[in-house]
Amino acid sequence: MSAIGAPADAGPASTGPLAAARAQRRAGRRWYRQPALMAGIVILVIVVGMALAAPLLTSYSPITQNLSASLLGPGAHHLLGTDQLGRDTFTRLLYGLRLDLRIAFIVVLFPFCLGTVLGSLAGYFGGWVDAVIMRLVDIVVAFPFYVLVIALVFVLGPGERSIYIAITAVGWVAYARIIRGEILVAKRQDYVTAARAGGLSSLRIMGRHLLPNVITQAFIYAMSDIVQDILAIVTLGYLGLGIPPPTADLGSMINDGQNFLSTHWQLTTIPGLVVVVVGLGLSLVGDGLADLFRPGR
Amino acid sequence: MGTETILEVRDLHVRIASRRGIVRAVDGVSFEVPRGGALGVVGESGSGKSMTLRAILGVLPPEARVTSGQILLDGVDLVQLRSSEVNRLRGPKMSMIFQEPMSALNPVMRIGRQIAEGPQVHLGYSRARAAERALELMRRVGIPDPERRFRAYPHEFSGGMRQRVMIAIALSCDPEIILCDEPTTALDVTIQDQILRLLTRLCRESGVSLVFVTHDLPVVAQVCQDIAVMYGGQLVERGEVREVLLDPRHPYTLGLVRSAPDFEYVRDALVPIPGSPPSLVSPPPGCRFHPRCDFAEDDCRVSQTPLRLLPGGRATACLHYERCLDAIAADRGRP
Amino acid sequence: MTAVPAGPAAVTPGAGEPLLSARGVSVSFPVGSPLTARIRHEERLLRAVDGVDLELRRGEALALVGESGSGKSTLAQALAGLLRADRGEIRFDGRLLQASRSRADRRRIQMVFQDPYSSLNPRLTVGGMLRELLRVHHVVPRSQVGAFSAELLGLVGLAEADLSAYPRQFSGGQRQRVAIARALALRPDVLVADEPVSALDVSVQATILNLLRDLRNDLGLTLLLISHNLAVVRHLCDRVAVMYLGRIVEVARTEEIFSAPRHPYTRGLLAAIPRLTESAADDRTPAIAGDPPSPLRIPTGCRFRTRCPLAQPRCQEEDPALAVSPDGGGHLAACHFAFTPAVALNDAEHGDLS
Repeated sequence: MSAIGAPADAGPASTGPLAAARAQRRAGRRWYRQPALMAGIVILVIVVGMALAAPLLTSYSPITQNLSASLLGPGAHHLLGTDQLGRDTFTRLLYGLRLDLRIAFIVVLFPFCLGTVLGSLAGYFGGWVDAVIMRLVDIVVAFPFYVLVIALVFVLGPGERSIYIAITAVGWVAYARIIRGEILVAKRQDYVTAARAGGLSSLRIMGRHLLPNVITQAFIYAMSDIVQDILAIVTLGYLGLGIPPPTADLGSMINDGQNFLSTHWQLTTIPGLVVVVVGLGLSLVGDGLADLFRPGR
Repeated sequence: MGTETILEVRDLHVRIASRRGIVRAVDGVSFEVPRGGALGVVGESGSGKSMTLRAILGVLPPEARVTSGQILLDGVDLVQLRSSEVNRLRGPKMSMIFQEPMSALNPVMRIGRQIAEGPQVHLGYSRARAAERALELMRRVGIPDPERRFRAYPHEFSGGMRQRVMIAIALSCDPEIILCDEPTTALDVTIQDQILRLLTRLCRESGVSLVFVTHDLPVVAQVCQDIAVMYGGQLVERGEVREVLLDPRHPYTLGLVRSAPDFEYVRDALVPIPGSPPSLVSPPPGCRFHPRCDFAEDDCRVSQTPLRLLPGGRATACLHYERCLDAIAADRGRP
Repeated sequence: MTAVPAGPAAVTPGAGEPLLSARGVSVSFPVGSPLTARIRHEERLLRAVDGVDLELRRGEALALVGESGSGKSTLAQALAGLLRADRGEIRFDGRLLQASRSRADRRRIQMVFQDPYSSLNPRLTVGGMLRELLRVHHVVPRSQVGAFSAELLGLVGLAEADLSAYPRQFSGGQRQRVAIARALALRPDVLVADEPVSALDVSVQATILNLLRDLRNDLGLTLLLISHNLAVVRHLCDRVAVMYLGRIVEVARTEEIFSAPRHPYTRGLLAAIPRLTESAADDRTPAIAGDPPSPLRIPTGCRFRTRCPLAQPRCQEEDPALAVSPDGGGHLAACHFAFTPAVALNDAEHGDLS
């Protein structure tokens, strides 16, 4: 009477030969067949690999100064030369990348969680809960992203913790809006009504029934959010508001190297290029995953 | 084929390309529609009835193609024509009514303009003349207060009214045949009643032929003279509608009739058709219905089952159709 | 079947007192902005259900019939506690039900929905779905949850192996069976089925209808069936209540509704059903002309008068109440002329409707 895996008696419209053909094509887009996604993955693997392997790839310390070796050009001992304080550029690059990537991957989590929770509450309960949360969203959105982040970091003082707090305080709104929108639609589905009829608590319905079905959209957004966060971290570093020196950080490297643009252009340009490449890789991966997970209707 | 037949479909094959293989959505279907007549095409989902209609109109989805067969509209084979030529026929020769009027009507264009568009484009009417025609059509299909409604948008109309607009659009260029894809399935029964009566009256008055696709058996009985039953992409039975429904000659038709709760004939138990519709990628050998058929015999699993003519203008694809006669007699014999 | 609700098997319909009753129930939805409402002379409230009295007796199968806009789904959801009634009271077994129901109350009335493709959580397996309900309500001891789930699936004709499957692996008909199993998991007294077969293919409808009928007989379930399809109703139900624009206009035993309907709307509805015996050449005027009025602009007096062939001036002034037939037999109709001889004459005019 039942046959798992073999759709038996067909239902109208949503089955039938045409719908089956379309479903096949969608599922058939295997991830390894997408060129853009593959390119992005390759880039990320290289970049992250290098960052992780930093201690193996270089024996210099990123912060030890050696004034006698300052401002050397690229050569046998220093792949990319040294900066004005005699620190090996290649080493600083790797360690800076390591730090910035770590911060970026962590810092995308907090807004994700906070925004998802608030967005769920707003979408599910509606009423004054929704009104209050959405007004908070409106307030945050009224300010340009960087203005608010910089202001917060300024107030909180430089350092890793400030970056987390500032970006979380500003970045949660996008997630909240996305999740709220998805929940507004999903809560009208019959299975949610059935859960209510079954006497399940609101919390359980939100957590077990609604969220797993809507969280994909937030993931997809998080992909592009990482890129934005990396840029924010680098910008803060450039403005001197990020990680305090002497820790190696891509943003402060770009800033430091500015003064020597005409003579030692690689001090500024190489870290900048690295940021671009990392951003590109993350974008490609993000877009590719978004394509794969996009709900086809 | 004389002037009595407006549409003749001969051995039509429609294939859909899919990752799992070639889906044989329509697999050798043939039928005729007499001028001024109405043919009902019934089947469940996956039977190929909608694909057949779309093939005739030339609006198959991109992954589907007509691979062989002929579609003769007033003697002209549509399969051989280029899409631009087929386009010229849409409107003046044939038109279509869809199931969901809200998605078939342009939501940002006023109703009057949508009805007038056809005559303007296909018949070369001036704007004023086309508007006149639109008003006249609105009156014919029973839209009250047409002068005011002319400037209304689709969302201001009820479901039944929108379907009337669709009918007006379908009639606007005086077609010879109208193809209907489940036009009343989404409507309430009282509105369906109005629309069906309207449709039959209009077609009788103007001599327009109909091909009416639906899954609802009594609706077909109300609107059409002939019926074609489809299963698994093939035609399994054809004939005059009341004869086929009250006295079927194919086990699938019999199964359909027995499993549907019927308003007039209250049975004790509904008898569902066991099993599931066949895969259209690799259909069962021989008769496609045999895995679900009570009367299946050895030759059913092996032999091809083309439509065979029976006396009285009927046709069936069943090798052992006499078993249906016995079954019906047994049904009637029960208290 | 030891683990399933112990109810009297094959209960004589109508033999008990009301299990579920509604008195003066109204459900409204606020609509639009106050300004546009005033310009258009419309009400701000959409009265989906407007003063309904209904009784569902233990063991019976009652059908709520009506077209779109009649309020049948809204009324069913209000009875099941999924929508709040603004006015009126709903009683279960004589006890008043609060607007926000307790968990125990919710168990009594369970629902099966129309669309099999949106009524099951795509992320949960069938077993997971059932397990959650069984655990939250402590229906059976923890150790027996698995066995009970398997029995539930057996009741609806599915295999124990299906417990580990996801909804997407099932067809429409099978999903409805899962939905029915879910509804039965809490051992309800009342099963509300909202158009349970409308979204299914014709040959599949039969399996579900037979299943509902068998469950009713075997488990003694009380069934409230919402449907627009009168053939389905005739097959499954003992009594029928017909709704129009938020009100109940007629209630009677199934056979009486079909053989001797008393309300003009019911007659029109029955006459509108397409039949095999009518030929294409029949050119009678439609059973009911015109479109139903907007629920935002309900006609004064009798709400059906704008489309009623019997309409009189009185119908505009007086809103007919749901009155009992003088013959007894529990036939109710809300029409001034329901039980008068004039209607009997109309019978002859409209021809045999059964």
